[in-house]
Amino acid sequence: MNSTVGKQAEKSDSIWVAKTAVIHEIAAEVSGVATYQLSLRDAAAAQSYRFEPGQFNMLYIPGAGESAISMSGDPADCGTLAHTIRLAGNVTRSIAALKVGDTLGLRGPFGTSWPREDCRGKNVILVAGGIGLPPLRPFIYQLLAQRDEYGSLHLLYGARTPEMRVYTREYDRWRAEGLEIRETVDRSSPGWRGNVGVVPQLLERLTGFDPAETILLICGPDLMMRFTARAALQRGMTSEQIWVSTERNMQCAVGLCGHCQLGPEFICKDGPVFRYDQISPYLKVEGL
Amino acid sequence: MNDSVQSVDPETCFLTLDEFARLFEVLISRGYEVIGPTIDQEAIVYGQLSSIDDLPRGWTDQQEPGKYRLVRRDDNALFGYVVGPSSWKKQLFPPVSTLARADRTEEGWQFQEAKEETPRYAFLGVRACELAAMKIQDRVFTGGPYVDSIYEQRRSQALVIAVNCTQAASTCFCTSMETGPRCKAGFDLALTELPDGFLVEVATAAGAEILSDLQTMKVSPEQDTQANAARQQAVDQIERRFDTTDIKDLLMSNLEHPRWDDVAERCLSCTNCTMVCPTCFCSSVEEVSDLTGDHVERQRQWDSCFNLDFSYMNGGLVRNSIRNRYRQWLTHKLATWIDQFGTSGCVGCGRCITWCPVGIDLTQEVNAIRESES
Repeated sequence: MNSTVGKQAEKSDSIWVAKTAVIHEIAAEVSGVATYQLSLRDAAAAQSYRFEPGQFNMLYIPGAGESAISMSGDPADCGTLAHTIRLAGNVTRSIAALKVGDTLGLRGPFGTSWPREDCRGKNVILVAGGIGLPPLRPFIYQLLAQRDEYGSLHLLYGARTPEMRVYTREYDRWRAEGLEIRETVDRSSPGWRGNVGVVPQLLERLTGFDPAETILLICGPDLMMRFTARAALQRGMTSEQIWVSTERNMQCAVGLCGHCQLGPEFICKDGPVFRYDQISPYLKVEGL
Repeated sequence: MNDSVQSVDPETCFLTLDEFARLFEVLISRGYEVIGPTIDQEAIVYGQLSSIDDLPRGWTDQQEPGKYRLVRRDDNALFGYVVGPSSWKKQLFPPVSTLARADRTEEGWQFQEAKEETPRYAFLGVRACELAAMKIQDRVFTGGPYVDSIYEQRRSQALVIAVNCTQAASTCFCTSMETGPRCKAGFDLALTELPDGFLVEVATAAGAEILSDLQTMKVSPEQDTQANAARQQAVDQIERRFDTTDIKDLLMSNLEHPRWDDVAERCLSCTNCTMVCPTCFCSSVEEVSDLTGDHVERQRQWDSCFNLDFSYMNGGLVRNSIRNRYRQWLTHKLATWIDQFGTSGCVGCGRCITWCPVGIDLTQEVNAIRESES
């Protein structure tokens, strides 16, 4: 009937079947957040596994279900695959009960990635809110690995409290390698000397970059991304220079189950990374 | 079943009622499971058929918004009805299917595909709007980078015997969606019912092979005229008109229109429209575990964007009101579907109008928005 029938059947076999992944290491990040280093048990699958920064995997606990988790490790090193997980829902709480050596299922990688080519020769500003930093970390590694191919590099990071900031142990190294980091928190705590306030303010105050020669990448809650994008537009950037990573309920991860739709987009396969002009008309509609 | 082998001017022949009755044994002897119209629970639904006697002989359906009734005809027509609550989606995209299995072993979890035997269906009585619906679901399930193998396998093995409509319901609007009522492509055989038999259009080699087991006759000019008149009757009975001009822009530029609040007052969010729709494809996956928890199946079930937890994320609901859920369904069906699959998701079969318990009519909802624009 359809010309694609048959021809793509081979591809389809593995859509729903997870691969066995072994927990190699568990590192607590902040309260309720931990990074799981996973390795695929099948040697050939582990060998051939590659991902692009911004993509995600479906992690599967039989009996509990699947959860979409962004890759948070270095794409140049797929020996183990880092997943920074907020232990909040049914599936992630089941993951929290696992220990090193335990197995779980993994499908992926899925989705679109951060626009590396667009960033070449440009200033890059990464804006993250809370647990929005993990999906950006692979790109930070990638940018810093070829630092001289980019202009200024900024990370603007907002967390609820100073204690909720993830990956702080890496900041000194990132700074040394040429990433400027500005931070803000919603609520201060004793010893915090940094900013208090929302993330978009960091962008409003940022100096020393030419907006016309800058790419902005945002990952965080919908509202935070909209306000950050608005601040960028006010600084003279265009929607074509802004990229966001969106989140919706994902089940199949391949655009077949319908759950993750936002307007015409299937977040799982058309996203999660979108150029802002493509997704903003829908992102700003409440309850779409 | 392949478009490319369908000839432009299909060969036509005549099948007497007695020979048509033999079609069932021919199909069954060739290994097909015959699925077609039959009466169940006071409706004409698609189920497994073993003989001509399973067909809804002498019955028709009366449909209007929120209402479906079976009524006796004054003749013995076998296909003298329009469409019922079921569609072929139920066979091609089963309401429940097992996708994968997980087994706990000494080396941890092992995952494998759930191998299910693919039934070999012969669909008997497919309407033009339903051929269009299949073509749409082909795009959804097999047209993208990821293919749904359950759908693909069932679809590629299915024999499609279409039956042209000879009447229409008040809820039909296939002419507005340009999907019918005439069956033009996407079938192996297409029948037009006459009082003493069927005019048969042969579109594929698979269709011709089935016919080779039956005695066919040359079509007489009178039979041809009769068949044309019967098909024209369906065209003439379609009263519902649906203006789809620029419908994508119309709906997407009116996402905050007050009409969404209006329809939300009436909509029960019952999911009926999505269940009876021949193109709606949303699903959810559930974990089905044995008592030990060591053997788990991943079971896919039809889901609906009208279900409350369909948009659940991070402890909250994205579409937390009936207004938002109805808006999602309608804009997806009629607008964003076009972005996603290059076609409307609506074929004009009218099922969502008939089976809505409160008789919400999507054509009226769109018209209300359109009229407020002008």
